[in-house]
Amino acid sequence: MIISIASGKGGTGKTTVATNLAVSLETGGTGKTTIATNLAVSLGTGVQLLDCDVEEPNCHLFLNPVIHEKETAYTPVPKIDEAKCTLCRKCVEICRFRAIMVIGKTVLTFPELCHGCGGCMAVCPEKAISETGRELGVVEKGTVDDLHFAHGIIRVGEAMSPPLIRKVRSLTQPETITIIDAPPGTSCPVITAMKGADFVLLVTEPTPFGLHDLRLAVEAVKILKIPAGLVINRCDIGDPGVREYAKQENLPVLMEIPFDRKIAESYSRGKLIVEAMPEWRKNFLKLYRDIEKIVRQGGAN
Amino acid sequence: MKIAVTSKDKNLDAPIDPRFGRAAFILIVDSETLEVDVLDNTENADAFKGAGIQAASMISDKGAEVLLTGYCGPNAFKALNAAEIKVVNDVSGTVREAVKTFKEGKSVFADAANVEGHW
Repeated sequence: MIISIASGKGGTGKTTVATNLAVSLETGGTGKTTIATNLAVSLGTGVQLLDCDVEEPNCHLFLNPVIHEKETAYTPVPKIDEAKCTLCRKCVEICRFRAIMVIGKTVLTFPELCHGCGGCMAVCPEKAISETGRELGVVEKGTVDDLHFAHGIIRVGEAMSPPLIRKVRSLTQPETITIIDAPPGTSCPVITAMKGADFVLLVTEPTPFGLHDLRLAVEAVKILKIPAGLVINRCDIGDPGVREYAKQENLPVLMEIPFDRKIAESYSRGKLIVEAMPEWRKNFLKLYRDIEKIVRQGGAN
Repeated sequence: MKIAVTSKDKNLDAPIDPRFGRAAFILIVDSETLEVDVLDNTENADAFKGAGIQAASMISDKGAEVLLTGYCGPNAFKALNAAEIKVVNDVSGTVREAVKTFKEGKSVFADAANVEGHW
């Protein structure tokens, strides 16, 4: 089961929901029991949290994981053997991103424009192109008790986050409940963090800003054909716009989190809601069960 | 000598287009005869990425030795450098004026890009 937590608008509470959900599932509601026994959840024997918000990962601030492995991630970029190159320009023609250019008698590569598709290597009749790597950032793996944790940290100056997000997602374990903390927005990084998920949980706030970006996120999720549901954070502020929209779109509201001083205080100290208010665990477990039900039925509609 | 000048229109009295890769037109001007070869840059102007690189390749194919333009980014500069095309940035006025200033030896060649790359 892969649940991707997205939002459209930033700062709505994706990380709050992702971390609290993951920890609630891992501890099974009360003690240190696994969910498999405690909840008789058919899917999965463990829980993992993948922080795919690689430009600003922050789940670790709330979870304090013990990091066991740290690996630098690379994406393939072309390297030209000028001795073999006949300047035929086939690589130039196939590259949509203009990462290779023939100028005069020189072949230039622009590694930072390369999307790593390998097209240039495939079309080169002289086999003059080999792979070298452009550093994307690092992937760190660790644990928080029995919860598996991983996140990506993008290299400062790297413009493309999807390849690093894919590296983090490649750590997805089968038969596990995988919670993905997606980046905000609706462009390539978010799509990369949602694609192939069983469910997208959209976190929003009931304000015109929240609604505006929620609409965009819902449109993206529709294109990906993934069942989705809503968490309304700071549910007691704002206006009725988000709820009206959810109703109209048949988007189930699966959880509402109030604008509560205690929650804000725990957040500001880097504590989870379920640590400050353990009674919230059952809400997050119910959230999971509702998601599971929707996924089993093949979507809310 | 052939001089490439980014232009908003197809003739010598058109204003300089300050953009290089996404200029409306690039005029290849013969410094002696002032004959103009017009390169329509529309396709490049709408390019998804790498407009400057493509434009550099285009003017190199036309045999330009100098580029007079407003702004030149790092990728374009790298490509122009490889093509051994000298760059004069921050040029304004009309194409004719720019070419005249250059011929009088009043232009300064850039040794680096003068704007950041676009993402």
